[in-house]
Amino acid sequence: MMGLTPQETKNLGIGAALIALAALLPLFDQGFYLSISVNIVLYAALCTAWALFSGPTHYVSLATAAFYGLGTYSVGLGIEVLPYPLLLLIAAAIGAVMAGLVGAATLRISGVYFVIFTFGLAELVRQLVTWTQTKVSTAMGLYVFTEMTESHIYWMLLALTGAVFLTSFLIARSRLGFAMTVIGNDETVARHVGIDTARSKIILFMISGAFIAMAGAITAPRYIYIEPPSAFNPMISFLVVIMALLGGTRRLWGPLVGVIPFTIVMDFISSNFPNHTMIVVGLAFLAIVYLIPHGVTGLLEKVQARWKQRSAPAAVAKEKPA
Amino acid sequence: MLRRTFIALAASAAAIAAAAPAFAQDVIRLGASAPKSGPLAGGAAVTHWPNIQLWMKEVNDAGGLKVGDKQMKLELVEYDDKTNGEEAIKNIQRLATVDKVDFIVTPYSTGLNIATAPIIARYGYPHITTSAATDGVAEFAKRWPNSFWMLGTSSQLAAGAVQALTKLKEKGEIGNKVALVNVADAFGLELVGAAKPALAAAGFEIVYESSYPLGTQDLAPVISGAKAAAPDAFVAFSYPGDTFALTEQAQVQGLNVGAFYTGVGTAFPAFAGRFKEAANGVLGIGGVNSEDEKIKAYLAKHQEVTGATPDFWASATTYAGLQVLGQAIEKAGTLDKAAVVDAIRTGTFQTIIGEISMPENVNRNVWTVGQWENGIFKAVAADGLPVAGDPVKKPAWQ
Repeated sequence: MMGLTPQETKNLGIGAALIALAALLPLFDQGFYLSISVNIVLYAALCTAWALFSGPTHYVSLATAAFYGLGTYSVGLGIEVLPYPLLLLIAAAIGAVMAGLVGAATLRISGVYFVIFTFGLAELVRQLVTWTQTKVSTAMGLYVFTEMTESHIYWMLLALTGAVFLTSFLIARSRLGFAMTVIGNDETVARHVGIDTARSKIILFMISGAFIAMAGAITAPRYIYIEPPSAFNPMISFLVVIMALLGGTRRLWGPLVGVIPFTIVMDFISSNFPNHTMIVVGLAFLAIVYLIPHGVTGLLEKVQARWKQRSAPAAVAKEKPA
Repeated sequence: MLRRTFIALAASAAAIAAAAPAFAQDVIRLGASAPKSGPLAGGAAVTHWPNIQLWMKEVNDAGGLKVGDKQMKLELVEYDDKTNGEEAIKNIQRLATVDKVDFIVTPYSTGLNIATAPIIARYGYPHITTSAATDGVAEFAKRWPNSFWMLGTSSQLAAGAVQALTKLKEKGEIGNKVALVNVADAFGLELVGAAKPALAAAGFEIVYESSYPLGTQDLAPVISGAKAAAPDAFVAFSYPGDTFALTEQAQVQGLNVGAFYTGVGTAFPAFAGRFKEAANGVLGIGGVNSEDEKIKAYLAKHQEVTGATPDFWASATTYAGLQVLGQAIEKAGTLDKAAVVDAIRTGTFQTIIGEISMPENVNRNVWTVGQWENGIFKAVAADGLPVAGDPVKKPAWQ
C-alpha cells in the first residue's frame, strides 16, 4: 500500500504502538501523573504542529498563542449551542482561515520581520477578542461546563498528536513536502525550478494553524473559565519554540524528545524551588545550551554514531574465521 | 568541570526534594498554590502569601490547632501557579495526590479560584475563597458545595460605589454628572454592568463612558476625555496598574471632582505611599473598618510578623478565611475533609472581620467602598457591617 519502505512501515508501527501504550495511562493514575501527561501531550501536539511549518521553512512563528486562543474561544463561545465535536472542526477551520489570511499577507517577507509580525498577531487577536466582548457582552470570562474529564482531554490530545504525526509523515512523502525541502534549502533555487513558494508555504501554515487551534479547543474544558489573558498567553508561543528547538526540528519526532524532558524538568523546578523558579529556569537553560547545543535529537544521533563505531569493529572481528 | 558542578547541583537538588516530605502525622499539612510570578504576582505578594505566613505563625506559636485531644502544628507545601489556570490545576492535583496534604488554602484571584474550583471539589477539600468577587457566587456555591465565597459579588461592590456617591449627592457635595470608566476584562465588565442601572436608579447622569484594554500604558486620553465632560464624580473600575496610572493622570491634568473612585489597588498601602497627601479623599473598592479593635490589632501584627502593611481589603478577608478553616477543623475535631466542610456550612466563626456564617456557602456581609484618610483606608460603605465613617468630598489635587 502506498509504496512504504520496510523502514517506514516499521516506524509507523512503532508510532502506533507508542500511542496505544500512552493511551493506557489514565487506567493507572487519575491524579498528578495524568495531569502532567496532559501538559506533555498538549505541548507535543503544539510543538509538532509548529515544527510542521517551521521545521522545513525555517520561519520562526510566534503566532501559536493566536491560533491556540482562537481554538479555545471557539469552544467557549459555542459550547452552549453546538455539539462539542462540531466545535472542534469549527476551531480547526478558524485556525486554517486565520493562518491563510496571515500567510497571504506575510509569507512573502522573511526572517525577523515574520517573527515580529506573528508575535504582534497574537496580541492583535487578543485585543480584538477583548474589544468585541466589551461591545457585545457584559462579562469577559466564558464558562465551559462539560462532562469532560481529564482522561477524555488526554485521549483527545493524544489522538490529535497522532494525527499531526501522520499528516507530517504524509506531507513529507508528497509533492508539497518535496517542495518544502527545496524551499528550506534555498528559496531562490525553488522559485527558479518553478515551485510556487508562497502557495506552498501558505498551505503548510494553514495546516499547522488548524492543528494548533484544535489543541486549544480540546484543552478549553480543562480551563472551565476562559479569559483572553490565559487563552492568548504569549508564554505558549515562546515555550513551543523553546521546546521544539530543544528537541530539534530536523526529525519528525524531534520536538517530542524536547517536550518530555522540558515539561518534567520545569515541573521539578517549579515544585521544588517555588520562590526561585525563574532563577533556576535560567540556570537550567544555560546548562542545556552548554551541554546539548544541537538539541536532544542531536545528542541522540551523536550517541548512536558513537555506538555504531564501537560495535562495528567487534562485528568485523566476529566474522573472522576462528 | 562545569558539567561536574552541574551534576552535583542537580544531585543535591534531588536530595533536598527527597528529604522534604519526611513527616509524622502530628502535623496538619496545608497546601497552597498562588502566583509568585506572572501578572498577579505583585497582588498576591501583598494580599495572599503574607497572610498565610502570619496565620500559620500565630497558630503554631500557640501550640497548634486542637484536633480532638491532639494539639497539631501546621506545615505548608507551597507552589507557584505562574498566574496560569493550567498550572494552578496541576498544582492542586500534585497537592492532593503526591503531597497528600490535609487541607488546601484558597488560590488567589477570581479567575484562578474559578479555574481550580472543580478540581478542588473533586478531591473533596473545603475551598474558602477570599479574593474572588463575581456575580457567579451563588451558582458556584451550588455547583461545588464544598466551596465558600467570602468577598461578596460584583453587584454588591458596584452598588456600594453608587451608595457612596448617593450619600455625597444628598449632602449636596457633588452634582449628578458621572464619568464612568472600566478596564475591559471580567472584573471591569461585571462591575460596570452592575453599576450602570444602579447609577440611573439613583438619579445620576453618565456624561462620559469609556473602556480600555487590560495592560494599557497610556491612560491620558481617558482622563482628558473625562475632564472635557466636566463631571462631578469620576468612577473607574480598574486593576492595580491602571488604578495608579489613572490617579496620576488625574493629578497631572487637574481633573478635580468631588468624588474620585478607582478599583483594585486603591486599597494597597503602596497607593498612599505613592500619592502621599494627594491620596486623601480618594475612594476605592474594598476598605476595612479601621476603627475596629480587631482590625487594628491585625494591622499591627501583620506589620510586625511580615514587615509589611496588608492591603485594606482582601488581606483581612484572606486572614479571616484561614481563621474560619482553623476553627472549623477544631469544631469538627478531625482532619476528615467532609466533616470540616460540614462544620463550615453549619458553623458561626469569630474572625477579625466580624462574625461569619455561610448557610448557603456565601458570606453576604462585606465592606464595599473605602476612602483614604491620612494613611488609613477606611470603609465608608458596606453591606451588613459597621463602617468607619461617611464618605467626604475629595479636596482638589495638591
